[in-house]
Amino acid sequence: MGFTNEQLERYSRHIILKEIGVKGQKKLLESKVLIIGAGGLGAPAALYLAAAGVGTIGIADADAVDLSNLQRQVIHTTNDIGKKKVDSAAETMRAINPDVNVKTYYDFVDSTNIMDMIADYDFIMDGTDNFPAKFLINDACVMAKKPLSHAGIIRFKGQLTTILPGEGPCYRCIFKNPPPKDAVPTCKQAGVIGAMGGVIGSLQAMEAVKYITGVGELLSGYLLTYDALKMEFHKIKLPPRGKGCAVCSDHPTITKLIDYEQAACEWHPGDK
Amino acid sequence: MEELGFTVDDTVDITDVVCPVTFVKTKVALEELEDGQILDVHLNDGEPVQNVPRSVKDEGHRILKLTDNGDGTYELYVMKVGD
Repeated sequence: MGFTNEQLERYSRHIILKEIGVKGQKKLLESKVLIIGAGGLGAPAALYLAAAGVGTIGIADADAVDLSNLQRQVIHTTNDIGKKKVDSAAETMRAINPDVNVKTYYDFVDSTNIMDMIADYDFIMDGTDNFPAKFLINDACVMAKKPLSHAGIIRFKGQLTTILPGEGPCYRCIFKNPPPKDAVPTCKQAGVIGAMGGVIGSLQAMEAVKYITGVGELLSGYLLTYDALKMEFHKIKLPPRGKGCAVCSDHPTITKLIDYEQAACEWHPGDK
Repeated sequence: MEELGFTVDDTVDITDVVCPVTFVKTKVALEELEDGQILDVHLNDGEPVQNVPRSVKDEGHRILKLTDNGDGTYELYVMKVGD
């Protein structure tokens, strides 16, 4: 595949990098990344991946843009309020980079649709806001052997890890099961500083770019945590892929996807 | 043309672009070559001739020769090192 002069200029800052070069940029243009959730994490990740020239970007979300999203979900604008988030995100990505083929999935992931959704992609990004989705995405990626960037944000804290099924530990190796319903507050109840999505979502995009181009070391086997108030990052070494993991061990006890029940970011006036 | 002492395998003209695309085009041309092959880069005086040879060297390639064409342009001969 040859580059046009316009592409050479657009991607010049990548091509100049010894680690990326022409080959790395070609890999990016030929790659396919699925972002699940077009919210606080998915928004910045989608912006950077589109700008980087990731050839196919899938984006899945069943929500519409709400005024309260705009404090952190930087891919949407005030004019987008009421639109499907996937459509709003797709418009912005296409406007940034016409090289990118955006595929939208106006759906929340569940056990019935996720395997089909992730099948075509090289790298999956979890930008969801609830535990049932996070466990579902982890299990599906383990079963389909898809590399996954997991992340979560709340208040002034964020965390992420990269899961390479069969190689490093998965989300379920660290956290065996979702917490009891209502034991952990959601973003809506607890709040989140807007830039946290930018920090952690951008790190997820960085992992995707590194995975695709094959440069550097991935966050597989580590959990990176960020405390914005203390301005501290910690890179925590995780135990190796667990023998006892219910989903990713050599003898898994979970072989079918589970739809856990939990009110995901559901808050009603009058709730505490 | 004077005796170069080597054979040029490919040529790239970067006089029609400015930094950083000058180096980008040179890199693209180098990637097409095999280890040990030689690229002739036609480049302008000034910023290109100051920066492109250094950047090419930083990437591990070998500069064989730089000749002044006397018309504000240069020929930079680079041997590709690595795959």
